[in-house]
Amino acid sequence: SALSILANLTHVICAFGRDERRVDSRTIYVGHRPCPATDAFIPPKFCDNRIVSSKYTVWNFLPKNLFEQFRRIANFYFLIIFLVQVIVDTPTSPVTSGLPLFFVITVTAIKQGYEDWLRHKADNEVNKYLVTVLEDGRRTRKESEKIKVGDVVEVVEDETFPCDLILLQSSREDETCFVTTASLDGESNHKVECCYSNTSVTVPLRRVVCGGMTLFVTFFSLCVVSLRSLGPENLLLKGATLKNTQKIYGVAVYSGMETKMALNYQGKSQKRSVVEKSINAFLLVYLCILVSKALVCTTLKYVWQSQPGQEEPWYNQKTQKEKDANLYLNMFTDFLSFMVLFNFIIPVSMYVTVEMQKFLGSFFISWDKDFFDPEIQEGALVNTSDLNEELGQVEYVFTDKTGTLTQNSMEFIECCIDGFQYKNRDSSTELDGFCVTDGPVSMLQQKAGREEEELFLRALCLCHTVQVKESTGQEDGVGDQVDGVLGLDGEMVHPAELRGFIASSPDEVALVKGAMKYGFTFLGMESKNMRVMNRDKDVETYELLHVLNFDPVRRRMSVIVRSNCGDIMLFCKGADSSIFPRVRQEEVDRISMHVERNATEGYRTLCVAYKLLSSEEYAQADAGLREARLALDDREEKLMAVYNQVETGMSLIGATAVEDRLQEEAAETMEALQRAGMKVWVLTGDKMETAKSTCYACRLFQRGTELLELTVRTLEDGGRRREERLHEVLSAFSFSPRSWTSAKQDYGFIIDGATLSLVFNSSPDSSHYKSLFLQICQNCTTVLCCRMAPLQKAQIVNMVKNSKGSPITLSIGDGANDVSMILEAHIGIGIKGKEGRQAVRNSDYAIPKLKHLKKLLLGHGHLYYVRIAHLVQYFFYKNLCFILPQFLYQFFCGSSQQPLYDAAYLTMYNICFTSMPILAYSLLEQHICMEVLMSNATLYRDVAKNAMLRWSPFLYWTLLGVYQGLLFFFGVRFLFSNPALQDNGQVFGNWSYGTIVFTVLVFTVTLKLAMDTRHWTWINHFVIWGSLAFYMVFSFFWGGIIWPFLRQQRLYFVFANMLRSVSAWLVIILLILLSLLPEILLLVLRKPRWPHSRQVRYTHI
Amino acid sequence: MMKEELETTNRPDNTAFTQQRLPAWQPMLSAGIVIPGFVLIGLAFIGIGVALFITSQNITVLEKDYTGVETTSDCYKCSNPSDKNCTCKLEFSLSNLFEGPVFFYYGLSNYFQSQRSYGASKDEYQLSGDLDYFKTPISACSPYQYDANQNPIVPCGSLANSMFNDTFKLYQIVNGTKKLVPFDGKGIAWWTDYNIKYRNPSVTPLKNAFNGTVKPSFWSKPAYELDTSDPSNNGFVNQDFLVWMRRAALPDFRKLYRRITEGDYARGLPAGNYSLEIAYNYPVLSFGGRKKVVFSNVSWMGGKNQFLGIAYLVVGSLCVVMSMVMLIVYAKFKFPEDD
Repeated sequence: SALSILANLTHVICAFGRDERRVDSRTIYVGHRPCPATDAFIPPKFCDNRIVSSKYTVWNFLPKNLFEQFRRIANFYFLIIFLVQVIVDTPTSPVTSGLPLFFVITVTAIKQGYEDWLRHKADNEVNKYLVTVLEDGRRTRKESEKIKVGDVVEVVEDETFPCDLILLQSSREDETCFVTTASLDGESNHKVECCYSNTSVTVPLRRVVCGGMTLFVTFFSLCVVSLRSLGPENLLLKGATLKNTQKIYGVAVYSGMETKMALNYQGKSQKRSVVEKSINAFLLVYLCILVSKALVCTTLKYVWQSQPGQEEPWYNQKTQKEKDANLYLNMFTDFLSFMVLFNFIIPVSMYVTVEMQKFLGSFFISWDKDFFDPEIQEGALVNTSDLNEELGQVEYVFTDKTGTLTQNSMEFIECCIDGFQYKNRDSSTELDGFCVTDGPVSMLQQKAGREEEELFLRALCLCHTVQVKESTGQEDGVGDQVDGVLGLDGEMVHPAELRGFIASSPDEVALVKGAMKYGFTFLGMESKNMRVMNRDKDVETYELLHVLNFDPVRRRMSVIVRSNCGDIMLFCKGADSSIFPRVRQEEVDRISMHVERNATEGYRTLCVAYKLLSSEEYAQADAGLREARLALDDREEKLMAVYNQVETGMSLIGATAVEDRLQEEAAETMEALQRAGMKVWVLTGDKMETAKSTCYACRLFQRGTELLELTVRTLEDGGRRREERLHEVLSAFSFSPRSWTSAKQDYGFIIDGATLSLVFNSSPDSSHYKSLFLQICQNCTTVLCCRMAPLQKAQIVNMVKNSKGSPITLSIGDGANDVSMILEAHIGIGIKGKEGRQAVRNSDYAIPKLKHLKKLLLGHGHLYYVRIAHLVQYFFYKNLCFILPQFLYQFFCGSSQQPLYDAAYLTMYNICFTSMPILAYSLLEQHICMEVLMSNATLYRDVAKNAMLRWSPFLYWTLLGVYQGLLFFFGVRFLFSNPALQDNGQVFGNWSYGTIVFTVLVFTVTLKLAMDTRHWTWINHFVIWGSLAFYMVFSFFWGGIIWPFLRQQRLYFVFANMLRSVSAWLVIILLILLSLLPEILLLVLRKPRWPHSRQVRYTHI
Repeated sequence: MMKEELETTNRPDNTAFTQQRLPAWQPMLSAGIVIPGFVLIGLAFIGIGVALFITSQNITVLEKDYTGVETTSDCYKCSNPSDKNCTCKLEFSLSNLFEGPVFFYYGLSNYFQSQRSYGASKDEYQLSGDLDYFKTPISACSPYQYDANQNPIVPCGSLANSMFNDTFKLYQIVNGTKKLVPFDGKGIAWWTDYNIKYRNPSVTPLKNAFNGTVKPSFWSKPAYELDTSDPSNNGFVNQDFLVWMRRAALPDFRKLYRRITEGDYARGLPAGNYSLEIAYNYPVLSFGGRKKVVFSNVSWMGGKNQFLGIAYLVVGSLCVVMSMVMLIVYAKFKFPEDD
């Protein structure tokens, strides 16, 4: 048939909080046959189906990669220094800075090149994959990248879709197909997709408009304006896999980089750690020091030269060129020369070392066997190594409740039908057959009428989106067996687990399983019919007319079904707050007590309501729903309106209680986090009572905690405007507990989503509310936000993140609804839970269980922070006392940029002599051992608020560097007041001077590190003593041979001669001791206040 | 497909390294170690300090400025730079034996041998005897690379050009007659400089190697005539030249000129009157410099240097004092906790 789809496709990209819209419309001719009706239409060009995740090609790799690398401010700085050295006559050869820079750039380029090569390989695998395309009625094999928009593509079972397709035809009878999106979002359940024709009338399709294509896989929708709508169920996403279906045909609508998958992978912003910001601040200080040093020297040079006879003494005449040069130009080049001479104060190697430390250090997290969970056979996952140290700085923890604090393994506990409570017996006794024989519903007090019971159970069986796992032949023996058994006799005694139920949320499975225990079994879907086996082992079929989907705002879902006898029924289940207003009050009164009791016990409660629709009512609802689905604009809002309209006047038939058990050691973990000074905020979509009881169970709220509630209920007192009330309550809270800090009293704060949105966007002076709200929250140990939409979670995180002092925030969650807050927080932690892989994929770190958070933060985080803080401070310190003598020497060489140290020493100092010990330290140091850190959560407070990288410790390190630098230089200076230092009366020259200073320097900074090392493994011993030995051996060799490639043999035998001089030895020993003396003193005197790890261990374990 | 999830299906390695459980030594600076340690170090330092101080005290030094700034000085007449071949006398008397071996240094002050352009202004290939560089010296030697007639200067550069050229003769006045004190000019430069680093071109006679080159402008005679009496002390391996070429670190420096080790003076300079005859050639007043001669004997620690001995004494006492302070602090705060 001349089937052509004229499609106008509209993208709306909704990133969080932003309102960026990209609109483009496209016309698609299915099979490239132009539609006769639309003449003079030029087929637009769409992008081809190549997926390009790689950044470079062979041709642009070098320029592009170099450009990217030099965009980093540090690299650019070193490049400038290098260029200055090449252009201007500078004291050190360009090699001294060129070589390290070249090394760094090359290593990075190789790493990035390799990564890109891997991406190319992966791209090719996708792009060169052979697919079958229908062209002029013939099947041809094509490479995937050659698919064009409009091609009709054939996909067979277990193949992945090569691009985004609209399903045209399926081999299944009901014109549906099954797909799994495991590779997209990790959810391994099979989803049903339908052909457009499945629900369509037979009129040829003309025009397709799709809108609301957001960046999340879960919210994709299409709709038809003129004739009929295409929903997300008609779209097959690239990357998903066809299952349970022999083959399908689909028309390509989005290809290549415009597919959902490609769009989803873009734009994950990079997080930067606070330590990096500290480094940059320190860098700025050092840059100032550098510039001022160069300025001082330049000034001195010209002041000194202005004295008579000094400008050009007869022994050091200038060349003609120098005489002719412009004075100011000379000054400028002198300034640049000094910059080059002192540029080692900001070393390239620090960046390399920090990167290496982060990269290598992150392995310790993934290697940690304590993070290994035997259940899922996985350990921790590190998605970024940039944030390791941030784990030691967390001030606010935002945690999801379901699946994070709780296990998200739901168990049906009890239900309440028509006001009567039905308690499920312990599953063990029940499985022994008691309930089965005695009648599925055991009654506690009084039984509700059988009709009500059955209606309720039917509702449980029908009102859901659960699928029964379908056997796909031999591979799934279990499913087969279940089917068979059910078909034969329908015995209900199978263990429930054998029945493969797949659903997007475990609650639904728990409810279906619960209904099964009471005798109603959901057998699955057969085309549009839901099959339910009732207590009498009869199979009832219901035609599924509409599903009114669940969403977190409505907090309920409904189905409209038609029974065999033609009754049209609506079943609705949802949170009590969303159901109660829609049913009769007397029904609510009967049930609300049970619901509330269940909620305070920590169960998740759902209310079930029902409504019989007359055929007129149904016709109206049907029309409304169809119209809303076809709507082009504000489809969501219109649908919502229709939903709300349909879901009224229902009658409440019961409520369910499902238990969600706490995670292992959830309470201990939370307690430890609080002792460590972190504030824990629970952000959940769940209802307040449930969340509150979970908080009590997790010991986030304790018996003594005073709770401040700010919910819709507290605001609705007195019938006044909510805003007024909000203002009143907020001010009351913020002023009433006068002594927030001094009182021992713990405060807990509870707020719900509706109130929160009131706080965030009420009146013009909402910022006032916001700050009040924040002020209250910050003074509470625990804040519970319930009834939250995913975006609100991110909003809260954002508010705290940007509050005063910009505290470090951590979000932990397991589901897709936590992704927004995981991305928003400084550190996002995903739990490898049951709700798919979205959270893990978007997280920075993923751990199998909540309890692992304790070790991750208190253990690893603390250590990483101490390590990297020490690394950074040490690096600045060692380069300060490295360069300070060189600066001071300018006063003794006529400010002529004479280097104090040989070029080899200048180059090797940071690369070889002092780099390994600090790297080993920063990987292995445990100033307090892991067990102690874990058992003494308060130790975490010692490093809170970037304690080791604030200005006072920085000042301490800087002063230490200055002190030592002065000591090195002037110690040797006084020694050289008589340069005859050997017993043969011969004198030492300038290179001997520099070498003595350098030897003292290398030994001092290395021993300083040795003093700071609290945890000496053999590696530390090896690198520390090895570095010193290497320095000695290198110096011997460097000065022991006439190097053929060197013009100037400046250090020839300088080192050996130095060692022959007793005075040199003595001064070296003296200066090393004197430089370390204050440190030793401090260490000893400070000790009473800072208990050593071993002492801590003895006293606390 | 885009990014394969890295599934760690296997349990992580349970090794000491991966679990951060390497056996480690956790040093603890306890009072029991630090205080005795400090006392020991302090005592050792005081011991060394005393030895150094006494040694330094026993070294005799005789320093004489001969720049001729003061009009009373005999060298005043030579301080006028236009005066060539001027000789002046410096007389002094010793009341005791100046114990030998006596080392004779010359000293310059406010003289920046450590300037970068000055130090770089030499051609090491030339100085290691490479004849190619006799013809084309390195450009760093400029303005002493070529003379006005474009003849290459050997040895080129400011450093060589400005070689110290005052010469000294020491006489002991014995009964009114002058008795020459013999100087030993060997062993004043580093052994490696003399034997390895600096080489004359292997051309005999040495003079031929210098064909087509000119001497540095400041020099009175070419390099191959620095010491005509001793071919092994001539050219680039002339010890005075080598001493000069090793740049001083600081602007006030001294360099070894001669040793007095021979004849009647091997034991030292006996008490008596001495006269030092100076061929005053080297101009220093133009840049505010000073010249001096220094007679000194040396010990195992080198020349006289009070700094080291005093520093050791101070640091040693500091250690002892600090150990006392620590003892008090610990007695007050620490010991009860240890128990």
